[in-house]
Amino acid sequence: MIDIKDIEKSFEGKQVLKGVSLSLQDGETIVILGRSGCGKSVLLKIILRLLVQDRGAVIIDGIDTSRFREEQMMPLRKRIGMLFQGAALFDSLNVMENVAYSLREHTKMPEAEVRDKVAECLEFVELSGTEALMPSELSGGMKKRVALARAMAIGPSYMFYDEPTTGLDPLTSRKINQLIRKLQAERRVSSIVVTHEIANAFQVADRFVVIKDGEILLTGSASEVRGSKLKFVQDFIKGGVIGHGEQ
Amino acid sequence: MNGYLINRARAFSSEVYRFFAFQWEVARRLFRPPYYPKAVWEQMDRIGVDSLSIVVMVGFFTGFVLAFQIGYAMMRFGAKLYVGGIVAVSLVRELGPVLIAMVFAGRVGAGITAELGAMQVSEQIDAMKALATDPLRKLVMTRFLASVLMLPVLVVIGDLIGILGGMLVGVLNLGLTVSFYKSSVVNSLVLNDLFSGLLKPLVFGAMISLVACYFGLNTKGGTRGVGEAVTRTVVVSSVLIFLLDALITKLLFLIGI
Ligand SMILES: Nc1ncnc2c1ncn2[C@@H]1O[C@H](COP(=O)(O)OP(=O)(O)OP(=O)(O)O)[C@@H](O)[C@H]1O
Ligand SMILES: [Mg+2]
Repeated sequence: MIDIKDIEKSFEGKQVLKGVSLSLQDGETIVILGRSGCGKSVLLKIILRLLVQDRGAVIIDGIDTSRFREEQMMPLRKRIGMLFQGAALFDSLNVMENVAYSLREHTKMPEAEVRDKVAECLEFVELSGTEALMPSELSGGMKKRVALARAMAIGPSYMFYDEPTTGLDPLTSRKINQLIRKLQAERRVSSIVVTHEIANAFQVADRFVVIKDGEILLTGSASEVRGSKLKFVQDFIKGGVIGHGEQ
Repeated sequence: MNGYLINRARAFSSEVYRFFAFQWEVARRLFRPPYYPKAVWEQMDRIGVDSLSIVVMVGFFTGFVLAFQIGYAMMRFGAKLYVGGIVAVSLVRELGPVLIAMVFAGRVGAGITAELGAMQVSEQIDAMKALATDPLRKLVMTRFLASVLMLPVLVVIGDLIGILGGMLVGVLNLGLTVSFYKSSVVNSLVLNDLFSGLLKPLVFGAMISLVACYFGLNTKGGTRGVGEAVTRTVVVSSVLIFLLDALITKLLFLIGI
Protein backbone atom coordinates (compact mmCIF):
# COMPACT_ATOMS: atom_id res chain seq x y z
CA MET A 1 0.00 0.00 0.00
CA ILE A 2 1.19 3.50 -0.78
CA ASP A 3 0.03 6.38 1.37
CA ILE A 4 0.50 9.95 0.29
CA LYS A 5 -0.13 12.58 2.92
CA ASP A 6 -0.55 16.30 2.37
CA ILE A 7 2.05 16.62 -0.35
CA GLU A 8 2.99 20.17 -1.21
CA LYS A 9 5.40 21.13 -3.92
CA SER A 10 6.44 24.44 -5.44
CA PHE A 11 8.76 25.30 -8.30
CA GLU A 12 10.38 28.71 -8.16
CA GLY A 13 7.63 30.14 -6.03
CA LYS A 14 4.79 28.60 -8.05
CA GLN A 15 2.88 26.09 -6.00
CA VAL A 16 2.00 23.05 -8.09
CA LEU A 17 0.67 20.69 -5.42
CA LYS A 18 -1.17 22.19 -2.47
CA GLY A 19 -1.68 19.33 -0.09
CA VAL A 20 -2.54 16.14 -1.96
CA SER A 21 -3.46 13.05 0.04
CA LEU A 22 -4.13 9.71 -1.54
CA SER A 23 -3.80 6.06 -0.76
CA LEU A 24 -3.26 3.24 -3.19
CA GLN A 25 -4.61 -0.06 -1.88
CA ASP A 26 -3.04 -3.36 -2.81
CA GLY A 27 -4.31 -4.64 -6.13
CA GLU A 28 -6.12 -1.43 -6.93
CA THR A 29 -5.87 0.71 -10.06
CA ILE A 30 -6.29 4.44 -9.61
CA VAL A 31 -6.67 6.79 -12.54
CA ILE A 32 -5.55 10.36 -12.02
CA LEU A 33 -7.28 12.95 -14.16
CA GLY A 34 -6.37 16.58 -14.44
CA ARG A 35 -5.44 19.26 -16.86
CA SER A 36 -2.09 19.46 -18.51
CA GLY A 37 0.39 21.04 -16.14
CA CYS A 38 -1.59 20.39 -12.97
CA GLY A 39 1.19 18.31 -11.42
CA LYS A 40 0.32 14.69 -12.20
CA SER A 41 3.78 13.75 -13.37
CA VAL A 42 5.27 15.66 -10.46
CA LEU A 43 3.15 13.63 -8.05
CA LEU A 44 4.39 10.34 -9.49
CA LYS A 45 7.97 11.55 -9.33
CA ILE A 46 7.53 12.58 -5.72
CA ILE A 47 6.35 9.09 -4.80
CA LEU A 48 9.53 7.70 -6.37
CA ARG A 49 11.50 10.53 -4.75
CA LEU A 50 12.86 11.68 -8.08
CA LEU A 51 11.55 15.00 -6.85
CA VAL A 52 11.41 15.85 -3.17
CA GLN A 53 8.25 17.33 -1.71
CA ASP A 54 8.33 20.58 0.26
CA ARG A 55 5.91 19.21 2.82
CA GLY A 56 4.02 15.99 3.44
CA ALA A 57 4.93 12.32 3.51
CA VAL A 58 5.00 9.32 1.21
CA ILE A 59 4.63 5.97 2.92
CA ILE A 60 5.40 2.89 0.84
CA ASP A 61 4.47 -0.48 2.38
CA GLY A 62 4.54 1.14 5.80
CA ILE A 63 7.93 2.81 5.27
CA ASP A 64 7.98 6.58 5.57
CA THR A 65 10.44 7.90 2.98
CA SER A 66 10.26 11.56 3.97
CA ARG A 67 13.83 11.71 5.26
CA PHE A 68 15.33 9.04 3.05
CA ARG A 69 18.63 9.46 1.30
CA GLU A 70 18.99 8.45 -2.30
CA GLU A 71 20.42 4.99 -1.54
CA GLN A 72 17.71 4.19 0.99
CA MET A 73 15.15 4.58 -1.77
CA MET A 74 16.73 1.88 -3.93
CA PRO A 75 15.02 -1.17 -2.40
CA LEU A 76 11.67 0.61 -2.55
CA ARG A 77 12.16 1.66 -6.15
CA LYS A 78 12.63 -1.97 -7.10
CA ARG A 79 9.04 -2.53 -6.05
CA ILE A 80 7.76 0.19 -8.38
CA GLY A 81 7.76 0.18 -12.16
CA MET A 82 7.45 3.58 -13.77
CA LEU A 83 6.43 4.28 -17.33
CA PHE A 84 7.63 7.80 -18.06
CA GLN A 85 5.52 10.15 -20.09
CA GLY A 86 8.30 10.51 -22.65
CA ALA A 87 9.32 6.83 -22.45
CA ALA A 88 12.85 7.83 -21.31
CA LEU A 89 14.54 4.88 -22.95
CA PHE A 90 18.32 4.76 -22.62
CA ASP A 91 19.25 5.86 -26.10
CA SER A 92 22.74 4.39 -26.00
CA LEU A 93 21.30 0.92 -25.37
CA ASN A 94 19.28 -1.21 -27.75
CA VAL A 95 15.80 -2.54 -27.01
CA MET A 96 17.13 -5.78 -25.54
CA GLU A 97 19.52 -3.95 -23.20
CA ASN A 98 16.83 -1.49 -22.18
CA VAL A 99 14.35 -4.18 -21.23
CA ALA A 100 17.03 -6.33 -19.60
CA TYR A 101 18.36 -3.37 -17.60
CA SER A 102 16.88 -4.11 -14.19
CA LEU A 103 17.24 -7.87 -14.58
CA ARG A 104 20.96 -7.46 -15.17
CA GLU A 105 21.33 -4.88 -12.44
CA HIS A 106 19.35 -6.53 -9.71
CA THR A 107 19.26 -10.26 -10.35
CA LYS A 108 21.88 -12.91 -10.94
CA MET A 109 19.76 -14.41 -13.70
CA PRO A 110 21.84 -16.28 -16.29
CA GLU A 111 22.04 -14.63 -19.69
CA ALA A 112 19.85 -17.21 -21.45
CA GLU A 113 17.11 -16.66 -18.91
CA VAL A 114 17.41 -12.87 -19.29
CA ARG A 115 16.91 -13.29 -23.02
CA ASP A 116 13.81 -15.41 -22.50
CA LYS A 117 12.41 -12.95 -20.01
CA VAL A 118 13.04 -10.01 -22.34
CA ALA A 119 11.40 -11.88 -25.22
CA GLU A 120 8.42 -12.59 -22.99
CA CYS A 121 8.08 -8.94 -21.96
CA LEU A 122 8.38 -7.79 -25.55
CA GLU A 123 5.75 -10.27 -26.63
CA PHE A 124 3.49 -8.83 -23.94
CA VAL A 125 3.70 -5.43 -25.60
CA GLU A 126 3.56 -6.95 -29.09
CA LEU A 127 7.07 -6.04 -30.10
CA SER A 128 8.62 -9.46 -30.50
CA GLY A 129 11.79 -9.49 -32.52
CA THR A 130 12.75 -5.86 -31.98
CA GLU A 131 15.60 -6.70 -29.58
CA ALA A 132 18.39 -5.38 -31.77
CA LEU A 133 16.81 -2.03 -32.65
CA MET A 134 18.05 1.21 -31.13
CA PRO A 135 15.53 3.61 -29.54
CA SER A 136 16.16 6.12 -32.34
CA GLU A 137 14.80 3.56 -34.79
CA LEU A 138 11.46 3.20 -32.98
CA SER A 139 8.24 5.13 -33.44
CA GLY A 140 6.79 7.06 -30.51
CA GLY A 141 4.28 4.36 -29.69
CA MET A 142 6.90 1.63 -29.92
CA LYS A 143 9.11 3.55 -27.50
CA LYS A 144 6.24 3.73 -25.03
CA ARG A 145 5.71 0.00 -25.26
CA VAL A 146 9.40 -0.82 -24.89
CA ALA A 147 9.47 1.45 -21.85
CA LEU A 148 6.50 -0.46 -20.49
CA ALA A 149 8.30 -3.76 -21.04
CA ARG A 150 11.36 -2.32 -19.28
CA ALA A 151 9.30 -1.17 -16.30
CA MET A 152 7.55 -4.50 -15.81
CA ALA A 153 10.52 -6.79 -16.52
CA ILE A 154 11.57 -7.32 -12.93
CA GLY A 155 8.00 -7.85 -11.74
CA PRO A 156 7.30 -4.84 -9.53
CA SER A 157 4.32 -4.84 -7.18
CA TYR A 158 3.39 -1.28 -8.16
CA MET A 159 3.18 0.22 -11.61
CA PHE A 160 2.89 3.91 -12.42
CA TYR A 161 1.81 4.72 -15.94
CA ASP A 162 2.26 8.32 -17.03
CA GLU A 163 -0.05 8.67 -20.02
CA PRO A 164 0.50 5.13 -21.30
CA THR A 165 -1.79 5.40 -24.30
CA THR A 166 -1.18 8.95 -25.47
CA GLY A 167 -0.15 8.88 -29.09
CA LEU A 168 -1.04 5.24 -29.67
CA ASP A 169 -3.60 3.93 -32.12
CA PRO A 170 -6.88 2.63 -30.62
CA LEU A 171 -5.92 -1.02 -31.04
CA THR A 172 -2.61 -0.65 -29.26
CA SER A 173 -4.28 1.48 -26.61
CA ARG A 174 -6.75 -1.26 -25.93
CA LYS A 175 -3.95 -3.76 -25.76
CA ILE A 176 -2.18 -1.66 -23.16
CA ASN A 177 -5.35 -1.28 -21.14
CA GLN A 178 -5.73 -5.03 -21.21
CA LEU A 179 -2.14 -5.34 -20.09
CA ILE A 180 -2.73 -3.04 -17.14
CA ARG A 181 -5.77 -5.12 -16.24
CA LYS A 182 -3.85 -8.34 -16.69
CA LEU A 183 -0.99 -7.25 -14.45
CA GLN A 184 -3.55 -6.33 -11.85
CA ALA A 185 -5.49 -9.59 -12.11
CA GLU A 186 -2.60 -12.03 -12.42
CA ARG A 187 0.10 -10.46 -10.31
CA ARG A 188 -2.00 -8.27 -8.05
CA VAL A 189 -0.06 -5.25 -9.25
CA SER A 190 -1.38 -1.98 -7.87
CA SER A 191 -1.30 0.83 -10.36
CA ILE A 192 -1.58 4.54 -10.77
CA VAL A 193 -2.52 5.58 -14.29
CA VAL A 194 -2.31 9.15 -15.46
CA THR A 195 -4.30 9.72 -18.60
CA HIS A 196 -6.23 12.29 -20.54
CA GLU A 197 -8.14 9.71 -22.50
CA ILE A 198 -11.41 9.21 -20.73
CA ALA A 199 -12.41 6.09 -22.61
CA ASN A 200 -9.21 4.38 -21.55
CA ALA A 201 -9.63 5.64 -18.03
CA PHE A 202 -13.00 3.95 -17.69
CA GLN A 203 -11.53 0.72 -19.00
CA VAL A 204 -8.89 0.37 -16.31
CA ALA A 205 -9.92 2.37 -13.25
CA ASP A 206 -11.15 1.00 -9.96
CA ARG A 207 -11.13 4.50 -8.64
CA PHE A 208 -10.70 7.99 -10.02
CA VAL A 209 -8.84 10.93 -8.60
CA VAL A 210 -9.45 14.32 -10.15
CA ILE A 211 -6.85 16.98 -9.48
CA LYS A 212 -7.57 20.65 -9.98
CA ASP A 213 -5.53 23.68 -8.94
CA GLY A 214 -3.09 21.51 -7.01
CA GLU A 215 -5.74 19.85 -4.89
CA ILE A 216 -7.87 16.76 -5.13
CA LEU A 217 -11.26 17.83 -6.37
CA LEU A 218 -12.91 14.44 -6.29
CA THR A 219 -12.15 10.82 -5.70
CA GLY A 220 -14.59 8.07 -6.46
CA SER A 221 -15.68 5.15 -8.59
CA ALA A 222 -16.55 5.31 -12.26
CA SER A 223 -20.22 5.82 -11.55
CA GLU A 224 -19.49 8.52 -9.01
CA VAL A 225 -17.37 10.35 -11.54
CA ARG A 226 -20.01 9.97 -14.23
CA GLY A 227 -22.67 11.18 -11.84
CA SER A 228 -20.65 14.07 -10.50
CA LYS A 229 -22.36 17.44 -10.73
CA LEU A 230 -19.07 19.32 -10.74
CA LYS A 231 -18.78 21.21 -13.97
CA PHE A 232 -15.04 20.63 -14.21
CA VAL A 233 -15.55 16.86 -14.04
CA GLN A 234 -18.38 16.83 -16.55
CA ASP A 235 -16.42 19.01 -18.94
CA PHE A 236 -13.46 16.73 -18.57
CA ILE A 237 -15.50 13.65 -19.34
CA LYS A 238 -17.15 15.20 -22.31
CA GLY A 239 -13.83 16.54 -23.46
CA GLY A 240 -15.33 19.99 -23.61
CA VAL A 241 -13.60 23.19 -22.77
CA ILE A 242 -12.60 23.13 -19.15
CA GLY A 243 -13.48 25.92 -16.75
CA HIS A 244 -11.37 28.83 -15.76
CA GLY A 245 -8.44 29.67 -13.54
CA GLU A 246 -6.11 26.71 -14.04
CA GLN A 247 -2.38 26.95 -14.42
CA MET B 1 23.39 47.44 -8.34
CA ASN B 2 24.38 46.40 -4.83
CA GLY B 3 21.41 44.07 -4.67
CA TYR B 4 22.42 42.58 -7.97
CA LEU B 5 25.94 41.88 -6.75
CA ILE B 6 24.67 40.36 -3.52
CA ASN B 7 22.33 38.09 -5.45
CA ARG B 8 25.12 37.03 -7.77
CA ALA B 9 27.38 36.32 -4.80
CA ARG B 10 24.66 34.34 -3.11
CA ALA B 11 23.93 32.30 -6.23
CA PHE B 12 27.64 31.69 -6.71
CA SER B 13 28.22 30.50 -3.16
CA SER B 14 25.20 28.20 -3.22
CA GLU B 15 26.45 26.73 -6.50
CA VAL B 16 29.87 26.17 -4.95
CA TYR B 17 28.23 24.59 -1.92
CA ARG B 18 26.21 22.25 -4.14
CA PHE B 19 29.31 21.31 -6.10
CA PHE B 20 31.08 20.35 -2.88
CA ALA B 21 28.03 18.40 -1.71
CA PHE B 22 28.11 16.58 -5.04
CA GLN B 23 31.79 15.76 -4.58
CA TRP B 24 31.04 14.45 -1.12
CA GLU B 25 28.32 12.19 -2.53
CA VAL B 26 30.77 10.83 -5.09
CA ALA B 27 33.51 10.40 -2.50
CA ARG B 28 31.18 8.40 -0.24
CA ARG B 29 30.68 5.92 -3.04
CA LEU B 30 34.37 5.53 -3.75
CA PHE B 31 34.91 2.87 -1.13
CA ARG B 32 31.83 0.75 -1.59
CA PRO B 33 30.91 -1.44 -4.58
CA PRO B 34 29.46 -1.82 -7.15
CA TYR B 35 32.08 -0.22 -9.41
CA TYR B 36 30.91 -1.37 -12.84
CA PRO B 37 34.41 -2.32 -14.06
CA LYS B 38 33.16 -3.03 -17.56
CA ALA B 39 31.70 0.46 -17.86
CA VAL B 40 34.92 1.97 -16.49
CA TRP B 41 36.85 0.07 -19.14
CA GLU B 42 34.54 1.35 -21.87
CA GLN B 43 34.97 4.90 -20.63
CA MET B 44 38.76 4.52 -20.52
CA ASP B 45 38.61 3.42 -24.11
CA ARG B 46 36.45 6.36 -25.11
CA ILE B 47 38.21 8.95 -22.98
CA GLY B 48 41.75 7.74 -23.49
CA VAL B 49 42.12 6.09 -26.82
CA ASP B 50 39.98 8.58 -28.68
CA SER B 51 41.96 11.51 -27.28
CA LEU B 52 45.25 10.04 -28.33
CA SER B 53 45.61 11.72 -31.71
CA ILE B 54 44.97 15.23 -30.42
CA VAL B 55 47.26 14.65 -27.44
CA VAL B 56 50.04 13.52 -29.76
CA MET B 57 49.55 16.62 -31.87
CA VAL B 58 49.49 19.05 -28.95
CA GLY B 59 52.51 17.36 -27.38
CA PHE B 60 54.52 17.41 -30.56
CA PHE B 61 53.95 21.04 -31.46
CA THR B 62 54.45 22.24 -27.92
CA GLY B 63 57.83 20.53 -27.71
CA PHE B 64 58.70 21.71 -31.18
CA VAL B 65 57.93 25.37 -30.54
CA LEU B 66 59.41 25.26 -27.07
CA ALA B 67 62.75 23.96 -28.36
CA PHE B 68 62.72 26.55 -31.10
CA GLN B 69 62.15 29.46 -28.76
CA ILE B 70 64.49 28.27 -26.08
CA GLY B 71 67.14 27.45 -28.63
CA TYR B 72 66.83 30.92 -30.12
CA ALA B 73 67.16 32.55 -26.70
CA MET B 74 69.97 30.29 -25.55
CA MET B 75 72.00 30.71 -28.68
CA ARG B 76 72.81 34.27 -27.61
CA PHE B 77 74.38 32.98 -24.40
CA GLY B 78 76.01 30.10 -26.16
CA ALA B 79 73.97 27.78 -23.97
CA LYS B 80 72.00 25.87 -26.56
CA LEU B 81 73.38 22.66 -25.11
CA TYR B 82 70.80 22.89 -22.35
CA VAL B 83 67.84 22.95 -24.69
CA GLY B 84 66.94 19.29 -24.19
CA GLY B 85 66.89 19.60 -20.42
CA ILE B 86 64.87 22.80 -20.39
CA VAL B 87 62.33 21.46 -22.85
CA ALA B 88 61.94 18.27 -20.84
CA VAL B 89 61.60 19.93 -17.45
CA SER B 90 59.14 22.57 -18.57
CA LEU B 91 57.07 20.01 -20.43
CA VAL B 92 56.98 17.48 -17.66
CA ARG B 93 56.43 19.86 -14.77
CA GLU B 94 54.19 22.43 -16.35
CA LEU B 95 53.24 22.58 -19.98
CA GLY B 96 52.35 18.95 -20.55
CA PRO B 97 49.92 18.69 -17.65
CA VAL B 98 48.30 22.10 -18.23
CA LEU B 99 48.00 22.04 -22.01
CA ILE B 100 46.81 18.49 -22.23
CA ALA B 101 44.36 19.06 -19.40
CA MET B 102 42.99 22.01 -21.37
CA VAL B 103 42.53 19.79 -24.38
CA PHE B 104 41.00 17.14 -22.15
CA ALA B 105 38.52 19.66 -20.70
CA GLY B 106 37.50 20.76 -24.17
CA ARG B 107 37.19 17.30 -25.60
CA VAL B 108 36.32 14.87 -22.83
CA GLY B 109 34.81 17.24 -20.26
CA ALA B 110 32.53 18.86 -22.81
CA GLY B 111 31.55 15.43 -24.14
CA ILE B 112 30.65 14.14 -20.69
CA THR B 113 28.52 17.19 -19.94
CA ALA B 114 26.73 16.99 -23.27
CA GLU B 115 25.99 13.31 -22.81
CA LEU B 116 24.78 13.52 -19.21
CA GLY B 117 22.94 16.75 -19.96
CA ALA B 118 21.03 15.14 -22.81
CA MET B 119 20.21 12.21 -20.54
CA GLN B 120 19.00 14.59 -17.86
CA VAL B 121 16.66 16.58 -20.11
CA SER B 122 15.23 13.42 -21.68
CA GLU B 123 14.50 11.95 -18.22
CA GLN B 124 16.96 9.09 -18.69
CA ILE B 125 18.64 9.99 -15.41
CA ASP B 126 15.25 9.80 -13.69
CA ALA B 127 14.60 6.49 -15.42
CA MET B 128 17.89 5.17 -14.15
CA LYS B 129 16.97 6.11 -10.60
CA ALA B 130 13.45 4.73 -11.00
CA LEU B 131 15.00 1.42 -12.05
CA ALA B 132 16.78 1.46 -8.69
CA THR B 133 20.25 2.18 -10.01
CA ASP B 134 22.46 5.01 -8.96
CA PRO B 135 23.56 7.45 -11.69
CA LEU B 136 26.36 8.64 -9.43
CA ARG B 137 27.82 5.17 -9.59
CA LYS B 138 26.86 4.15 -13.09
CA LEU B 139 27.65 7.41 -14.84
CA VAL B 140 29.74 9.62 -12.59
CA MET B 141 32.01 7.15 -10.83
CA THR B 142 32.84 5.33 -14.05
CA ARG B 143 33.81 8.56 -15.80
CA PHE B 144 35.67 9.82 -12.75
CA LEU B 145 37.78 6.67 -12.46
CA ALA B 146 38.43 6.56 -16.18
CA SER B 147 39.53 10.20 -16.23
CA VAL B 148 41.76 9.88 -13.17
CA LEU B 149 43.43 6.86 -14.73
CA MET B 150 43.67 8.10 -18.30
CA LEU B 151 44.72 11.75 -18.04
CA PRO B 152 48.11 10.92 -16.45
CA VAL B 153 48.69 8.35 -19.18
CA LEU B 154 47.80 10.87 -21.86
CA VAL B 155 50.07 13.46 -20.27
CA VAL B 156 53.00 11.04 -20.17
CA ILE B 157 52.46 10.28 -23.84
CA GLY B 158 52.18 13.98 -24.65
CA ASP B 159 55.37 14.73 -22.69
CA LEU B 160 57.29 12.04 -24.53
CA ILE B 161 56.10 13.18 -27.92
CA GLY B 162 56.89 16.78 -26.95
CA ILE B 163 60.42 15.84 -25.99
CA LEU B 164 60.76 14.10 -29.34
CA GLY B 165 59.42 17.21 -31.09
CA GLY B 166 62.07 19.23 -29.27
CA MET B 167 64.70 16.78 -30.39
CA LEU B 168 63.72 17.30 -34.00
CA VAL B 169 64.40 21.02 -33.63
CA GLY B 170 67.57 20.38 -31.63
CA VAL B 171 69.01 18.11 -34.27
CA LEU B 172 67.83 19.84 -37.43
CA ASN B 173 68.06 23.45 -36.34
CA LEU B 174 70.49 23.76 -33.52
CA GLY B 175 72.98 21.20 -34.66
CA LEU B 176 72.82 19.01 -31.56
CA THR B 177 73.33 15.27 -31.84
CA VAL B 178 70.59 12.87 -30.85
CA SER B 179 72.62 11.33 -28.07
CA PHE B 180 73.58 14.72 -26.71
CA TYR B 181 69.98 15.86 -26.63
CA LYS B 182 68.97 12.62 -24.97
CA SER B 183 71.56 12.84 -22.24
CA SER B 184 70.63 16.45 -21.59
CA VAL B 185 67.03 15.34 -21.10
CA VAL B 186 67.89 12.39 -18.89
CA ASN B 187 70.36 14.35 -16.78
CA SER B 188 67.97 17.22 -16.14
CA LEU B 189 64.87 15.32 -15.14
CA VAL B 190 64.75 14.27 -11.52
CA LEU B 191 62.22 12.17 -9.68
CA ASN B 192 60.53 15.25 -8.25
CA ASP B 193 59.75 16.48 -11.75
CA LEU B 194 58.06 13.22 -12.57
CA PHE B 195 56.12 13.30 -9.32
CA SER B 196 54.87 16.79 -10.00
CA GLY B 197 54.17 15.86 -13.61
CA LEU B 198 51.97 12.95 -12.58
CA LEU B 199 50.26 14.51 -9.59
CA LYS B 200 48.94 17.40 -11.66
CA PRO B 201 47.12 15.35 -14.33
CA LEU B 202 45.72 13.12 -11.59
CA VAL B 203 44.17 16.12 -9.86
CA PHE B 204 43.11 17.72 -13.15
CA GLY B 205 41.49 14.49 -14.33
CA ALA B 206 39.49 14.22 -11.11
CA MET B 207 38.48 17.88 -11.25
CA ILE B 208 37.49 17.93 -14.92
CA SER B 209 35.38 14.79 -14.70
CA LEU B 210 33.61 16.01 -11.56
CA VAL B 211 32.92 19.45 -13.01
CA ALA B 212 31.67 17.88 -16.24
CA CYS B 213 29.38 15.41 -14.47
CA TYR B 214 28.09 18.06 -12.09
CA PHE B 215 27.06 20.45 -14.84
CA GLY B 216 25.72 17.59 -16.95
CA LEU B 217 23.50 16.21 -14.21
CA ASN B 218 22.25 19.67 -13.28
CA THR B 219 21.25 20.62 -16.79
CA LYS B 220 17.93 22.41 -16.98
CA GLY B 221 15.93 23.79 -19.83
CA GLY B 222 16.10 21.41 -22.76
CA THR B 223 18.60 21.45 -25.59
CA ARG B 224 19.63 25.00 -24.93
CA GLY B 225 20.39 24.06 -21.35
CA VAL B 226 22.73 21.37 -22.62
CA GLY B 227 24.67 23.94 -24.63
CA GLU B 228 24.94 26.24 -21.63
CA ALA B 229 26.07 23.40 -19.40
CA VAL B 230 28.82 22.45 -21.87
CA THR B 231 30.07 26.03 -21.99
CA ARG B 232 30.13 26.17 -18.22
CA THR B 233 32.11 22.96 -18.00
CA VAL B 234 34.77 24.22 -20.38
CA VAL B 235 35.05 27.64 -18.72
CA VAL B 236 35.03 26.41 -15.14
CA SER B 237 37.47 23.57 -15.72
CA SER B 238 39.85 25.82 -17.66
CA VAL B 239 39.91 28.34 -14.84
CA LEU B 240 40.30 25.60 -12.25
CA ILE B 241 43.19 24.05 -14.19
CA PHE B 242 45.18 27.27 -13.80
CA LEU B 243 44.13 27.77 -10.19
CA LEU B 244 44.95 24.23 -9.17
CA ASP B 245 48.17 24.34 -11.15
CA ALA B 246 49.35 27.39 -9.23
CA LEU B 247 48.24 25.84 -5.98
CA ILE B 248 49.97 22.52 -6.56
CA THR B 249 53.15 24.19 -7.82
CA LYS B 250 53.29 26.38 -4.74
CA LEU B 251 52.57 23.50 -2.37
CA LEU B 252 55.20 21.30 -3.95
CA PHE B 253 57.72 24.10 -3.65
CA LEU B 254 56.86 24.51 0.00
CA ILE B 255 57.48 20.86 0.75
CA GLY B 256 60.55 20.95 -1.45
CA ILE B 257 59.54 18.82 -4.42
N1 LIG C 1 11.70 19.92 -12.60
C1 LIG C 1 10.85 20.95 -12.68
N2 LIG C 1 11.31 22.21 -12.48
C2 LIG C 1 10.48 23.26 -12.52
N3 LIG C 1 9.17 23.17 -12.77
C3 LIG C 1 8.64 21.96 -12.97
C4 LIG C 1 9.46 20.78 -12.94
N4 LIG C 1 8.67 19.71 -13.17
C5 LIG C 1 7.44 20.20 -13.35
N5 LIG C 1 7.40 21.54 -13.22
C6 LIG C 1 6.20 22.38 -13.33
O1 LIG C 1 5.19 21.79 -12.57
C7 LIG C 1 3.95 21.87 -13.23
C8 LIG C 1 3.32 20.50 -13.29
O2 LIG C 1 4.06 19.70 -14.19
P1 LIG C 1 3.65 18.20 -14.52
O3 LIG C 1 4.67 17.70 -15.47
O4 LIG C 1 3.45 17.45 -13.27
O5 LIG C 1 2.28 18.39 -15.26
P2 LIG C 1 1.27 17.23 -15.73
O6 LIG C 1 0.08 17.32 -14.87
O7 LIG C 1 1.99 15.94 -15.77
O8 LIG C 1 0.93 17.72 -17.18
P3 LIG C 1 0.76 16.87 -18.53
O9 LIG C 1 -0.58 16.27 -18.49
O10 LIG C 1 0.89 17.88 -19.60
O11 LIG C 1 1.87 15.87 -18.54
C9 LIG C 1 4.21 22.50 -14.57
O12 LIG C 1 3.78 23.84 -14.49
C10 LIG C 1 5.68 22.45 -14.74
O13 LIG C 1 6.14 23.62 -15.37
MG1 LIG D 1 2.73 14.77 -17.16
